[in-house]
Amino acid sequence: MAGSGTSDVKLLGAWASPYVVRARIALNLKEVQYEFLEEQFGTKSELLLKSNPIYKKIPVLIHDEKPVCESMIIVQYIDDVWINSGPALMPADAYDRALQRFWTVYVDDKFVPSLFGIMRSPTEEAKAEAKEQALASLQLLEEAFGKISKGKPFFGGDTIGYLDIALGSFLGWMKAFEEMNGFKLLDDTKTPLLCAWADNFCNNEVVGAVIPETAKLVELAKVMQARYKSAPPAN
Amino acid sequence: MAAERGEVKLIGGWASPFVARPRIALNLKGVAYEMFQETVGKKSELLLKSNPVYKKIPVLIHNGKPICESAIIVEYIDETWSSDGASILPSDPYDRAIARFWTVYVDDKIPDAIRKLRPLVKGSAVAEVEAEKLHAALQLLEEAFEKCSKGKSFFGGDNIGYLDIALGSQLAWIKAVEKIVEIKFLDKEKIPGLVAWSERFYAHEAVKEVMPEADRLVEFTRMLLSGSFAK
Repeated sequence: MAGSGTSDVKLLGAWASPYVVRARIALNLKEVQYEFLEEQFGTKSELLLKSNPIYKKIPVLIHDEKPVCESMIIVQYIDDVWINSGPALMPADAYDRALQRFWTVYVDDKFVPSLFGIMRSPTEEAKAEAKEQALASLQLLEEAFGKISKGKPFFGGDTIGYLDIALGSFLGWMKAFEEMNGFKLLDDTKTPLLCAWADNFCNNEVVGAVIPETAKLVELAKVMQARYKSAPPAN
Repeated sequence: MAAERGEVKLIGGWASPFVARPRIALNLKGVAYEMFQETVGKKSELLLKSNPVYKKIPVLIHNGKPICESAIIVEYIDETWSSDGASILPSDPYDRAIARFWTVYVDDKIPDAIRKLRPLVKGSAVAEVEAEKLHAALQLLEEAFEKCSKGKSFFGGDNIGYLDIALGSQLAWIKAVEKIVEIKFLDKEKIPGLVAWSERFYAHEAVKEVMPEADRLVEFTRMLLSGSFAK
């Protein structure tokens, strides 16, 4: 079903969620028209509960009434369906695909929990440890970038691809944490390649439109931190 | 063309359900490979060199290049040997998304349930609680099977596919914990579709020799818990 304006595409999400940003970047790169249905923070709509009964989480892409869940599964789906529109999000070579998938798993598995650990940590010690882990992850990703990009601006080469989307969607939050804590996560001396990549990524007009503003994220983070401090963490 | 395979090595262990996945996929594609068995409790130099980030099995090494993470390896095998055997991933993008979703779910629920159940004894309160979770997960997977198989033999239809491999590879350990805590999980009354599917899965040419015996896994668990394997 190659894309045209006639197919019905909805995205359930929230402005602040980096996982939702992933889906939005992919849709924008593929020039897909979609209706963005914003979930209210702290509540789950009936449509969300019906579309993602297992995990009840955003994003959910609903294409012609059929729901697709899990952000990177959504990105792959978008790449598969709107194959004739915009750049390919996955590389052509099977080994390159495996590498991008591997590092995407790493981002979700190692980097993201340490990143949000910075906000969620109850003590300064725990926060410092989370920060160290985040920095260590970024160092590995810096090396990976060197190998995968082969001198080009993105992990995907000349154009934004799967792994760029996976990691880049977190840049808004990374900048917010840098500002709130007065330290650098991406550093010209330690992660120069990723610094350049981050600039290229955020300056892309498709991306710029959906990455949340740092100031707004900082405000939201303060609200969320107050919640974490006052109540025991309930997942 | 089936001719050019290149050098295919797989680093793994007989007991690992994650290692079973690429083995089944390679068998489905008719690709011969050299197996490197890791010793439990020790990590070989080859493993540490090939998967420095996670240091875990399985690792596929194709023409000297390592691929890690079982689900990623299965996709790589499917894409690399795309003209051999049936397609492992469904061809329709939506069906692919569904197969990937349920694979995420399997990896989220099943290994954790097995890990929590296997050190327990029959009748323990914790076993009851953990068993409930596994029953619930299998119930959802039963419904998924109904939808995905559309009346055919496997989640993938006529042929073993991505989700069959993801869930099927966990069956040996599910059978092992059934024996350990003496609770029936593969219950014909509760999940008839999955039970029938599991029998077909086990009987398949590509699967038969890969799946370890449940009794061997029970013994393995005893050794693991008694600290027989050096850390």
